[in-house]
Amino acid sequence: MTTFDETSGMVSPAPEKRRGQGFEGHWALVWRKFLRHRLGVLGGMIVLLAYVVAAIPDFLAPVTLEAYNPAYAYAPPQQVHLGVSTEDGWQFRPHVNAYKTVIDYNSGRRIFTADPDSIVDIGFFVVGEPYRLLGFIPADRHLFGPVEVGQPFYIFGADRLGRDILSRTIYGARISMTIGLLGVAASLVLGILVGGVSGLFGGVVDNVIQRLIEFVQSVPAIPLWIGLAAAIPRDIPPLQVYFFITIILSILGWTSLARVVRGRFLAMRNEDFVKAARLDGCGPVRIIFRHMLPSFLSHIIATVSLAIPGMILAETALSYLGIGLRTPIVSWGVLLQEAQNVRTIASAPWLLLPGVAVVIAVLALNFLGDGLRDAADPYAD
Amino acid sequence: MENLVEIRGLRITFAGAVDVVQGLDLDIPAGKTLCLVGESGCGKSVTAKSILQVIDHPGRVSGGSINLRQTDGSVLDIAKTKPTSPLMRQVRGGDIAMIHQEPMSFLSPLYTIGNQISEALMLHRKIGKKEARTEGIKMLEEVGMPDPARRYDSFTFQLSGGQRQRAMIAMALINKPRLLIADEPTTALDVTTQANILDLLGELQRETGMGVLFITHDLGVVAEIADEVAVMYLGKIVERAPVRELLENPKHPYTKGLLASMPRLDGDFKAPLKAIPGMVPPPALRPAGCSFHPRCEWARKDMCGHVAVLETDLGQNHMVACHAYGPQAHKFSRATRTADLAAPVAASKKAAGKPLLSVRNLHKHFAIRAGFFQRQVGAVRAVNDISLDVFPGETLGLVGESGCGKSTLGQTLVGLHRADSGDVQFADIDVRAAKGAEAKQLRTDIRMVFQDPTGSLNPRMRVRDIIGEVLQVNGNHSAAEIEEKVQGLLSRVGLSPDYAERYPHAFSGGQRQRIAIARALASDPKLVIADEAVSALDVSVQTQIINMMKELQAELGLTYVFVSHDLGVIANISDRVAVMYAGRIVELGETDQIFRNPRHPYTEALLAAIPGRGARKTGARIRLTGHVPDAAKPLEGCAFADRCRYVTDACRVNVPALRGEANHLDACLRSEELKLRSVSQTGALVSA
Repeated sequence: MTTFDETSGMVSPAPEKRRGQGFEGHWALVWRKFLRHRLGVLGGMIVLLAYVVAAIPDFLAPVTLEAYNPAYAYAPPQQVHLGVSTEDGWQFRPHVNAYKTVIDYNSGRRIFTADPDSIVDIGFFVVGEPYRLLGFIPADRHLFGPVEVGQPFYIFGADRLGRDILSRTIYGARISMTIGLLGVAASLVLGILVGGVSGLFGGVVDNVIQRLIEFVQSVPAIPLWIGLAAAIPRDIPPLQVYFFITIILSILGWTSLARVVRGRFLAMRNEDFVKAARLDGCGPVRIIFRHMLPSFLSHIIATVSLAIPGMILAETALSYLGIGLRTPIVSWGVLLQEAQNVRTIASAPWLLLPGVAVVIAVLALNFLGDGLRDAADPYAD
Repeated sequence: MENLVEIRGLRITFAGAVDVVQGLDLDIPAGKTLCLVGESGCGKSVTAKSILQVIDHPGRVSGGSINLRQTDGSVLDIAKTKPTSPLMRQVRGGDIAMIHQEPMSFLSPLYTIGNQISEALMLHRKIGKKEARTEGIKMLEEVGMPDPARRYDSFTFQLSGGQRQRAMIAMALINKPRLLIADEPTTALDVTTQANILDLLGELQRETGMGVLFITHDLGVVAEIADEVAVMYLGKIVERAPVRELLENPKHPYTKGLLASMPRLDGDFKAPLKAIPGMVPPPALRPAGCSFHPRCEWARKDMCGHVAVLETDLGQNHMVACHAYGPQAHKFSRATRTADLAAPVAASKKAAGKPLLSVRNLHKHFAIRAGFFQRQVGAVRAVNDISLDVFPGETLGLVGESGCGKSTLGQTLVGLHRADSGDVQFADIDVRAAKGAEAKQLRTDIRMVFQDPTGSLNPRMRVRDIIGEVLQVNGNHSAAEIEEKVQGLLSRVGLSPDYAERYPHAFSGGQRQRIAIARALASDPKLVIADEAVSALDVSVQTQIINMMKELQAELGLTYVFVSHDLGVIANISDRVAVMYAGRIVELGETDQIFRNPRHPYTEALLAAIPGRGARKTGARIRLTGHVPDAAKPLEGCAFADRCRYVTDACRVNVPALRGEANHLDACLRSEELKLRSVSQTGALVSA
């Protein structure tokens, strides 16, 4: 709390308190300002959740990626019931109903209807197919799923091979959320390097770099991606494809980051406190790392969080077009490949549900980025 | 006397909780200029804005009345009128117009000024485009815009600062308002331009007979323009009187304090200034009773702290809100009422001995680069052929209008810019060739204080690290040594040593400047270059800092180069003064010589432009027209020739050299024959 000192007429924080207003550093102020941005906080929580999902999809998904059952191809989403009504009244018993299948001989399609008599119980921490948590811990428990292994459980519906869309969307988060992170990390390295050089040296160097950036930005993105993606050898392992795609994405992504970094350097160079540091006798390295970099680190973090959604969207677009990641890798873009033709969408609209995941992730990241950007300079008011 | 606006019990609340203005009563007379004076944070601007119902969100008028007398004799209570109502829009720009400090943000950059002037006209009167144009040009002519027909179609960026101000005034006056609200309209201007604008406002007021509410913190401006003065403190009027009465016979301790803290040019301008202690508290922490009592030297514990103050009428339109004049006046002894002046400081030191810093023929040109390969296409001649000496223990003032190169000179001396040519000697070091240990010694011996205390302190660092940085970088000091030094410095600049743990954002502007000064002193320097070090501060805080700098100089034997555009501050603190114009020194001499006996016409014009110089009395004022020549264009002859009233043909051919006796040099070809006017010895603050 601030107090008004009667004798000196000065406003000062209470001396005995070592915390509070004047003692808070930059990050404490940024955090406090960020918390006031409601939408940003909401976005941040969703993003955090999404990365938790991306880290442990095997545990969260009811079934593994390999599970399929052709009998349930294109099965529609099941409705989740919380309980059943018996003679004794309503009873809590979360369950879905199994399907009744009729084959329509005119169209040759299976028609699924819910079978109210056949109940598939949902349990938490149920035993299911075995997997390795985080890649090395053997486990077979799933957060939720059918109590009996192998019973039909398709809350988000099934695809043409009878695979669970919900599980696949959860697995898709692993690739889609991280590819944005990795792509931005690669862009960030390039961006800080090139932008820093541009802003520090200025003059001709700056001029050449800026024109180069303008050139790169003027190249239409999708054709360039398609061209580069087509150059990836077809027979390499999926993991390498993943890394190639990140590199392709960051080839265009670094430019805007480089511009931000350069702008910050230029503005910062003329700040009085940087001049003062020069007068104190600080060398260039100390000025950059002790005085300049901390001052715009928060701005860079905000820019980065705003760049991730672009990467996610780019990966989704590439994979959807069939030139990005390919099965057996599962990303949201790959899942959306299933929804490429109109007739399929007309008969099985739930194939678009991975797209909803994309929308939520991108929106959440944008809100988070907005909040961070507003909080990056907490001294404004 | 007819009152145009009567404000009664006005209360303005921000964010639903904090009263910025509380129970304000103010009458604005018709056909007169009323000045509203006070430090920043006193609620002057917000009061003015409330009259137009344009208070910024989240503030609003939450009580009281603002009664505007209409032309038909009826009365409109503005406080009860909805801000968005057509009636209010009619008042704005029609009956009451407003001008601001910053015309660049007040005028739209996307429209010509003619466009904006005629828009104001067409909104309030049914008038065709053509007539509006004629009227607009006529208005521009009235406000003294050169070449009005052409300027009518100019954009703001094509005009100089003074011209923009004129355009804004034209826009405000086009509908012949009955009240003009001028919110610090000259604060951002150079002193010579300010003088022109003040003259213009005075003339327009006399011609049109409108009322003017003029907001300012500068009592010199008040003396220049006001008929009546109201002094405001923390949302209340504390004293109100006709201008002459208020300036000669101030009653309220706050008014007395403001007057005592203002650097003056009349009488003995080296006399020590007396600062009001502390600063204006935020409105949320308004002290009980008389809100000024924590800073008041008369304050009596038994009443000022809890008894609310009432206004006392002293007769002759003199009103004051202070217990010392109220029914309890007998409790305040006569002795406490006369403010005792601080002890006089030692007479100005004579420049003697070996100079500490010696500058010869210094040039600093900034390259103008263009094209892909950044070829040099020209140069801004910021510092041209400067020679001067700074002697140990003295204060050298560098003064001049903005763009004259005084800051560049200061920054070049301290090493922020690399000089193009010339010779700089500090003690026995050749500054331009210094390397290694010598460079390190220069860094610790010559230090700088920046203008903006917010920008010059790294917000990410604790005060201790900011002040101690120079010790950390230069030489081997242990953490404990630095800590001890920092604590010592903090108490030396009047701050509590435990502030070392805090970050700069916890401090007010004045406190930050103290920290900046502590940083400059951390390496035990010999020379401190203060670049407009007090310009960004409020009057009373400015005086606190000036006094502190003087004390530090006396204690530590410091030498100052004090860069400022404020002649009052320069006169007060400097032993010698260098007047700069267009990158050159035009006059250099002892402070007394410069102010009492100027030899360069530019110095004369600068002195004449200082507000409150009694120029109205003599009628023959010296005003500079035009502006500083473009530093990118090479000049022939004297740079001041185009604006000089004594110019001859010879001036346009020969570059005058700096010459004269050792204690007074000037660069004017005609300095011997000219008789120039100076500031008067006697009380000149009162104009009427």
